Amino acid sequence: MKLDRREFMKANAVAAAAAVAGICVPATATNLITGSNQTRLKWDKAPCRFCGTGCSVNVATMDGKVVATHGDIKSPVNKGLNCIKGYFLSKIMYGKDRLISPMLRMKNGKFSKDGDFEPISWEQAFDIMAEKAKQTLKDKGPTAIGMFGSGQWTVMEGYAAVKLMKAGFRSNNIDPNARHCMASAVGGFMRTFGIDEPMGCYDDIEATDAMVLWGSNMSEMHPILWTRITDRRLSAPHVKVAVLSTYTHRSFDLADNGMIFTPQTDLAILNFIANYIIQNKKVNFDFVNKHTNFRLGNTDIGYGLRPEHPLEKKAKNADKAGGSKKINFKQYAKFVSQYSAESVSKLSGVSVKKLNELAELYADPNKKVCSFWTMGFNQHTRGVWANNLIYNIHLLTGKISTPGNSPFSLTGQPSACGTAREVGTFSHRLPADMVVANPKHRKKAEKIWGLPDGTIPPKPGYHAVLQNRMLKDGKLNFYWVQCNNNMQAAANIAQEAFPGYRNPNNFIVVSDPYPTVTAQAADLVLPTAMWVEKEGAYGNAERRTQSWYQMVNAPGEARSDLWQLVEFSKRFTTDEVWSKDLLDKKPKLKGKTLFEVLFKDSDVGKFPLSEVPEERLNQESRDFGFYIQKGLFEEYAQFGRGKAHDLAPYDRYHQERGLRWPVVDGKETLWRFKEGSDPYVKPGADFEFYGKPDGRAIIFALPYEPAPESPDEEYDLWLSTGRVIEHWHTGSMTQRVPELYKAMPDALVYMHPDDAKKRGMRRGDLVKISSRRGSVQTRIETRGRNQVPVGLVFMPFFDASRLVNKLTLDATDPLSKETDYKKCAVKIERV
Amino acid sequence: MNQLIAKRSLANNELLRSRVLTRLFSALFLFAAVLSQMALSTEKEIATLRDETAIDDQKRPAVLPKVDNSDIKKTRNYPMQPPLIPHTVRGYEVNLKVNKCMSCHSRSRTEDSQAPMVSVTHFMDRDGNFLAEISPRRYFCNQCHVTQMKTKELVENTFVDMHQLMKEKQSKNSNR
Repeated sequence: MKLDRREFMKANAVAAAAAVAGICVPATATNLITGSNQTRLKWDKAPCRFCGTGCSVNVATMDGKVVATHGDIKSPVNKGLNCIKGYFLSKIMYGKDRLISPMLRMKNGKFSKDGDFEPISWEQAFDIMAEKAKQTLKDKGPTAIGMFGSGQWTVMEGYAAVKLMKAGFRSNNIDPNARHCMASAVGGFMRTFGIDEPMGCYDDIEATDAMVLWGSNMSEMHPILWTRITDRRLSAPHVKVAVLSTYTHRSFDLADNGMIFTPQTDLAILNFIANYIIQNKKVNFDFVNKHTNFRLGNTDIGYGLRPEHPLEKKAKNADKAGGSKKINFKQYAKFVSQYSAESVSKLSGVSVKKLNELAELYADPNKKVCSFWTMGFNQHTRGVWANNLIYNIHLLTGKISTPGNSPFSLTGQPSACGTAREVGTFSHRLPADMVVANPKHRKKAEKIWGLPDGTIPPKPGYHAVLQNRMLKDGKLNFYWVQCNNNMQAAANIAQEAFPGYRNPNNFIVVSDPYPTVTAQAADLVLPTAMWVEKEGAYGNAERRTQSWYQMVNAPGEARSDLWQLVEFSKRFTTDEVWSKDLLDKKPKLKGKTLFEVLFKDSDVGKFPLSEVPEERLNQESRDFGFYIQKGLFEEYAQFGRGKAHDLAPYDRYHQERGLRWPVVDGKETLWRFKEGSDPYVKPGADFEFYGKPDGRAIIFALPYEPAPESPDEEYDLWLSTGRVIEHWHTGSMTQRVPELYKAMPDALVYMHPDDAKKRGMRRGDLVKISSRRGSVQTRIETRGRNQVPVGLVFMPFFDASRLVNKLTLDATDPLSKETDYKKCAVKIERV
Repeated sequence: MNQLIAKRSLANNELLRSRVLTRLFSALFLFAAVLSQMALSTEKEIATLRDETAIDDQKRPAVLPKVDNSDIKKTRNYPMQPPLIPHTVRGYEVNLKVNKCMSCHSRSRTEDSQAPMVSVTHFMDRDGNFLAEISPRRYFCNQCHVTQMKTKELVENTFVDMHQLMKEKQSKNSNR
């Protein structure tokens, strides 16, 4: 129906006439409601559910429903802005297909791996889970039990999961989907600085003179940070922006220097910049001599494939990937001297002029510079190296830890830092940067947890990629997936994940608000509360911890991941999961449930229900009888306080728009490792990289090495996968928001028009993309936001109906175990 | 299972053909076919967004939808929602040199273009001060505003407009 203004007014004439005539119409007939008891919205704050930027959002509820959201003007992160996804947060919980009861694959009223999903009660769900877990423990021991978690878990959920898995079940087979996302960043931080997470913060953007995006498309993936970068670039015209990528994308719209490089050659470009700085005598020796060491890293380290793969057999240092030896500046200078502008230009395809322009941004002592990166560096079979190499440049010039000088590793998920990294939900980690392999670290955790010495197993468990391989090989048999969609997001699903989940020896549990691809591959699906249907805390990319209250109830019987984890722990007594030897060390724990030992009777249970504000919902605390989120947070905070990971008291986070740790004497820390802004730096040190015993960061000599799979005669194109602004990762929330779905309904393959023409194809054609691992059908896009060069195609992974990860290669960085989603070889044929 | 049913019905076929009961058989065969269809559709593939397609299978991708170019405004879900773009933006450049969107939507252009002016919030800087021109932090329009393809959503959304809730309350009040 299309009415022009006049017709519209006519149609409303009756109401208008009545009003003009002064007729007293009943209240229900007026066209505007003004009574404050009806129009009042209840506003509250929460961090956004999506990316690692960590915007704060104001959420309005009415009659138990979220009815509006907008950017929080009080938040220093986003100052009132949201991106298109953030503006539609109000609708993510209301997809019509929300799961409202547990569902089990059944035949004739009993569990059957090849049965159909039928609704069951929570009681029945925990019955079958406990039965399967106990059977697995009995048959094969703790190493056959595993869990795949998330950088979207709340801090408390991640902490409860780590405690339940590593102490309760004594299995280190817990890993987060953040392994796919920033494990290489963690590896880079630990190797260069000995402590995780960025030294700088977002305030660097407003203080800098130049910003360089390394393989990151912040315009789409960190939109609100991009508004800050845009603001800085356009309001201070001297500021320059450089963007590097393997194809042209939206971030190039702001670029003064846009560079397209051949995949994998970023390693060479990074070394060239170091060489340029040295050749042009721009090394800040005052800083380098006082605050750095030089080391030569092992090379030829393999590609994290299965050990029988020819590339692994060929690799000289596959088992010593992390090794390095001490060198001096002179040796380092000689090492990078092979990376001249000319040779790197030839290798990368970037012109000498552009390379020099880029290097000068870093070399010029009068320019402050920020580097930003995410998946381009991290999802890289040399991801830790790429991270090490960018730090080299900032360390050589001393452009670090001061306002505007900032090598900044961005994160993809809302709590990749807060939950995955800080809590340590990785197969090798414990809270506050500690690791299971270190006996002192285990001991500290056991002490805080009040558990016998030797509870935590010393051997790292299966990481994300290894979990799928072990499921397929039948070595991991009880598997619980929470808060992620790995059957869509993992690489090489056709050959590893799918056969792994459907292996008849395995029992797969998936917790999710919606029936995702992963849920479809499961045996038991648990309906899950999300976002403001629970209380929680997230930690963003600039070390900012933010909390929120539960604002609405979850639909049906949906319960939070936290409730599920803790409720499940009631099903086990210590005698069932721990050996007699272990229990003899603490006999009073005998016969108790894991719920009592790990939660209720530990420091977690210390805060009474009366501390939950009366008007707040808090389903979990009211069910368990104590303020569980606060208990988990406060117990967890014991790990980091006094260890440069200090968190404020929990209650304070409900008052603030987040605080950046370490929070010392009530004050947050903006720049770490710099005297004056970081209370952990010794007076007189100026800079101190206290993660390392001698306070010095390491500059690593590491070479360019080729990718494991490159285009050849048959598979003649590079495939890169990634995200789009409208959808959050696998689209399980955003594809259910009609406005976002209609903005970007399908994952198309972006292709250069010449590549299409050469194959007799054009825009819109139906094609089959194949790799050595699988194939997928989609349609061709030759225009739009991404312009790919000849020889490369890009296809996003948000589309559940077109699983691009059937194509990708599950090669990983041997150091970080993070998959490279940006490089594999494919061919494209018409269907 | 389906194959089994098909095989069985083929076996029946042989038997029945020998007895000249072709008419009855064809009815039976049809029945079997219907049965096997039913067996197929009861196999529950729960991922809504995959439209009941098995993970190792794929539905044929639909043709590329067209952009809604109707110029008809859509009701916002709530007042703070950025309006959707009701027209195509193909070829619109927004970069360091030019902002095509603002050639119609900027304050000075709206009389000629009759396009809606960008909201006043767009003139505010990070600290809430009004500038003389739109704030550079709002420069890239497509970070908040998107076009809509002419396609049907895969899953219905049950979000309730606050207006509806208010009306419900109002009628409840007046019924008292």
